Formats: sequence, C-alpha cells, structure tokens
Amino acid sequence: MVPADLSIILPEILLSVFAMLALLGAVYGRKDRIATSLIWVTAAIFIIAALSLMRSANGTEIGFNGMFINDGFARFAKVVVLFSAAAVLVISPDYLAERKILKFEYPVLITLSVVGMMMMISAGDLMLLYMGLELQSLCLYIIASMRRDSLKSTEAGLKYFVLGALSSGLLLYGASLIYGYAGTTSFLGIFAAAGQDHADIGLLLGLVLMLAGMAFKVSAVPFHMWTPDVYEGAPTPVTAFFATAPKVAAMALFARVLHDAFGGIVGDWQQVVALISLLSMYLGAIAAIGQTNIKRLMAYSSIAHMGYALMGLAAGTSLGIEALLTYMAIYVTMNVGTFAFILTMQKDGQPVTDISTLNMLSRSEPGKALAMLVLLFSLAGVPPTLGFFAKWSVWNAALDADLVWLVVASAIASAIGAYYYLRIVYLMYFGEEPQEALVCRPSVVLSGVLTVSSVAMILGMINLLGLEGAAEAAAATLVR
Amino acid sequence: MSFASFAFYLFASSAVAGGFFTVVGRNPVHSVLWLILSFLSSAGLFVLLGAEFIAMLLVIVYVGAVAVLFLFVVMMLDVDFAELKAGMAQYIPLAMLIAVVLLMQLGMAFGVWTASEWAEGARQAITPLDTHNTAALGLLIYDRYFLLFQLAGLILLVAMIGAIVLTLRHRPDVKRQDVLEQMYRDPAKAMELKNVKPGQGL
Repeated sequence: MVPADLSIILPEILLSVFAMLALLGAVYGRKDRIATSLIWVTAAIFIIAALSLMRSANGTEIGFNGMFINDGFARFAKVVVLFSAAAVLVISPDYLAERKILKFEYPVLITLSVVGMMMMISAGDLMLLYMGLELQSLCLYIIASMRRDSLKSTEAGLKYFVLGALSSGLLLYGASLIYGYAGTTSFLGIFAAAGQDHADIGLLLGLVLMLAGMAFKVSAVPFHMWTPDVYEGAPTPVTAFFATAPKVAAMALFARVLHDAFGGIVGDWQQVVALISLLSMYLGAIAAIGQTNIKRLMAYSSIAHMGYALMGLAAGTSLGIEALLTYMAIYVTMNVGTFAFILTMQKDGQPVTDISTLNMLSRSEPGKALAMLVLLFSLAGVPPTLGFFAKWSVWNAALDADLVWLVVASAIASAIGAYYYLRIVYLMYFGEEPQEALVCRPSVVLSGVLTVSSVAMILGMINLLGLEGAAEAAAATLVR
Repeated sequence: MSFASFAFYLFASSAVAGGFFTVVGRNPVHSVLWLILSFLSSAGLFVLLGAEFIAMLLVIVYVGAVAVLFLFVVMMLDVDFAELKAGMAQYIPLAMLIAVVLLMQLGMAFGVWTASEWAEGARQAITPLDTHNTAALGLLIYDRYFLLFQLAGLILLVAMIGAIVLTLRHRPDVKRQDVLEQMYRDPAKAMELKNVKPGQGL
C-alpha cells in the first residue's frame, strides 16, 4: 500500500469520512433536527464528487495490487450512481418528515451505501466485489425498514434481508468454486485461468452461481420475487432509491465480472444472460398488467427494464456495454422523474399509491399530467422519447451480436408492456370522473425534478444529450 | 493409521455430527450446544492444518462470544421453535426430492472437477515466505488487503447504525432520573421535621 493507491480511492475515502463526520456531528449535535440540511449537504457532496470524477484524468488507474480498478467504465457508472443518489436524496425530506421518519441516519446510510456501490463498480477482485456488495446491501436493508412502526415496511426490510442473505450465499459459493478452480480471486488471474475457449466444468459451476447472485441484485427473473413486496412496503423515497442507484451499480458489477474475469469465455455465459433477459422482459410486461398499486407497478416495470438492459450485456461486445450504460443512464433519469411524481400524489394530505386515484388528473393538475405522460411514453419506449432510443441502442447491440430471436422477442414484450403504461395515460386523460380529485403536494423540488426529467426525455432525441459518446468511451475501456 | 489422520477423522466426524444435531435438535438450547461442539472440532481441524492462530480465534470469538450470545438469545427470547417448524412436515417430501436432485447434480459436477494447472502456484504465491503464519496473516491483512480490512470496518459500522436506527426509541412521556437535580435539592425545603409527642399524633 502506497500513497498512490490511496489517491486512487480518494473519492471513496472522502465520502466515508464525510459519512462518519456527519454521524458524529449529528449524534453530538442537534440530532434529527439537522436531518433536512444534512440531506441537502449530502446531495451537494454527491454532485461535487460526480463533477470531479467527470473532470478527473482519463485513463485506467489500478490500485491495491489490481484489486481496485478506476477506468472510464467505472467513472461513467459512478457518475450515474452519484447523480441519481443525489436526486433521490433531494426528493425525500418532505415525505419522510410527514411520516415522522426523517432521521439523520438516512443520508448517512445512503452515503455509506454509495461508497459500497463505488467499490462494487471498481472491483477487480472477488473479495472487494463481495465487500462492496454487502456494504451496499446492508444499508439498503436498514432503510427499507426505516418506518419501523409499519408492518409492511418491516416486512419489506426482513424479506429483503433474508432473500439478500440467500443470494449472497449463492454468490459466495460461486466465488469459492471460482477461487478453487483459478487459485486466485483477482479478475486478471481468473481471466488467465479461464482460457479463451470453453470453460472447465468447475469454473462454469462457479460462474452460474455467481450469475444467480448478481441476477438477484438487479432483480432479474427468476430471482425477482422480492422486488414487488419490497418496493411496495418500503417508504416511497427509499423505493425511489432502490429503483435507481443500486440497480446501476449492480448492473455495472455484472458487466465488470463478466468482461474482466470471464471475457475470454463469452459463449459460456451469453446464453444464460440472454435467457435471464428474455424471462425478465416477459414477466415484467405481463405481471404488471394486473397491478393496482403504482409502486408495485414500478417494481414490475423495473424488472422488465433490467431485462432490456441485460440484453446489451448478452451481446457480449463493446457495443453491448455501450448500450447497457446508455440504457441504465436513461432508465435512472426516467425513474427519478416518475418517483418524484409518485411522491407528490396525495389525498386529504395523506400519500396515496393507488393507480385509480389518477383518474382525470389532466383536469386538476394539467402540468403534472403532461410531464407524467411524457415519462410514461418514455418508459414504454414510444418514439421519439429518450426511452425509445435506449431500447434502440440495446436492439442494435443485440442485432450486431446475431441475437435476432432476442430482439424479436423483446419487441413483442415491449409492445405488451406498453399496455400498462398507456393505461395510466388513458386514466389521466380520459378516465372516469373521480369523486374527489387527487391534489398534488405543492413542492418546488418535486415539480422541479419531475420537469427536468420529463424535459430531458424530449430533448434527449437531439444527440442523446451527448450520452452516447461518453458511454462509447466508457465501454471501450471495459471490453478489450 | 497415524495419530494425525486419527485426529483428523475424529474432529471431522464430530464437526459433521455437531452440525447435523444442530439442525435436527428439538430443544434450541441443545442445538446451540451442538453448534459449540461443531466449532470446537473445526478449531481442532485448523490446528491439524498448522493454523493455530485461526484455531484460537475460532475458539475465542465463535465459542467464547458468538455461541454464548446465541445461547442467551435463545434462552431470553423464548421463541416457540415447535410452532415455527409446524409447517415443515408437509414440505419435507418436496424438500427431500429437491435436495436429492441437487446432491446428485453437485456429485456429477465434482466428479469431473479439475483445477486449473496453475491454481496451486497462484494460491501459494500470495503467502509471505519465511514468516510464522500469524505474522504472515498480519502482513496480508494490514498491507495487501488493507482496503478490504477497512471496508469490513465500515460494514460493522453500518450494522451498528442499523441496530440503533431500528430499535432505539425516544420516549418523551417517561420520567427519567436527573442526578444533578437530585443532588442539588435543598433538604430544608424538601422536608419538614416535626416532633410528634407520644399519644397525641399530628
């Protein structure tokens, strides 16, 4: 360990030091009363960290004997994670304060989980991968059950914890088999041991178990069961966080492991990833149709979106990783906007999540209904919104890798999925006359986030807001 | 059979037996005691491998702290394990079927298991030479794996925060002891001495 190593992980060190200082300051200071300001400060620090990462030196830095990799891919994913975490933080305080769960630990735990995500994204070793994953997940388990007086919230936390522990077990078992085969936990060593053609059965077994563990973290079918319950039970800002930053980090980890450690044996994992992707798209599209709760609907929507993103990974090429990164960045922007809208939904001063309350929203809240219309079109992938370009890029990558059947199947799934997004639009504009209209929470921050995100969906058709070039450069550093 | 292999079979079989009885035990306290036996036997196996430091850690940390903590939790919480296990009987056949299939699959996979040719070399390359195994462990943890060590610390911090966030309650309606107020009370104001004459009362 030398100072050079420490300078590579400087952003992570500073964030963890900030988390600890904030914890000490709040415990010995004014406790929960400073929670709101602490949330804003944390968001500001995330944005500063993201901006400094964007401006920092290009090129690949490797520290701690290859354990920590800071390349273009890692920087891209970290920037997306930091921005989305900051956005989720600023939309949370009102809701949390109303439910009397605005605690100073909330921003601290989010910061620590972001540190875990950054470690996952930069992992160059199975051990660092696991440590980052656990640091991230443990924080998520806690904030899922933050509303501890609510049965649903505690159930969400407990369910997430038990199933998360099970998936960690699968992942660890896979990792130990890989270590047994390769004799090393570093991705470089595994890459060398795996060879260039078909993998040995021992390595394959470990690879499949690790895929299962990681599929759980991105909530891909058949490891998705926890998602609807956890999304529904957790407090809405926490759900918004679950749907954004951790998904990006887990997807980046997925890509990192498959390309850095198993990049030589693409043929061995390609079909597994393609199958997971296909199942996720269809389950997400079909199971969401019957939902009446918008948070559950968003859970299924996120399962489907993970399916599309995994399609980029299944391509196994640099183009595929580029598509994956583009997709995740767009997905996060859409989801932050949608959850900002869900946070404004209230009736008699109480937050509601029933889809039926959205009837004729266009009359009472025309501006918000329009913004939501754009976001829902984008989620469904209707051109010319940004969501369409996201799907377009993964289809392109899959076609490039000769996965024609997957592209056809996913086009059908996306047509099925469009039904439930468009049904909400129908309700908002042509629905039944409601007994009492939904009164949205008058909040500048929420409306601001909603507006920015929906405007981005439209403006994105110009040049994808420069996203594509950045994603291409990032992908080039991962796939060699 | 040499003494070492005799000791290995003794420890290995008692570790497996301990694990088995932990799972099937009806009385949770007995289960914890079987778990302790399992830990102790594993410690014995570590001694046989020449890793006496890890063996001692296992005894001190797992047997000394964790298992005793388990024992306290089991005794104090009074969880009705019989009720928890009530539904198990109806799922046992399916579970057994899945377990047998899994076992066969694992057997097939490990039947043809091979390690990569340079796995052994890669495994040994990490260990510092010419040092005692405890010292080598220190060299690895605090130098090569420094980052992991620090991250483990952060994970423990998160666990601590979590335990506090999810259980600590501030109750404003409870009367708390205020030591300073008690000490600064003036006896002259707080009580009054009266001389009660016999047979008269107050």
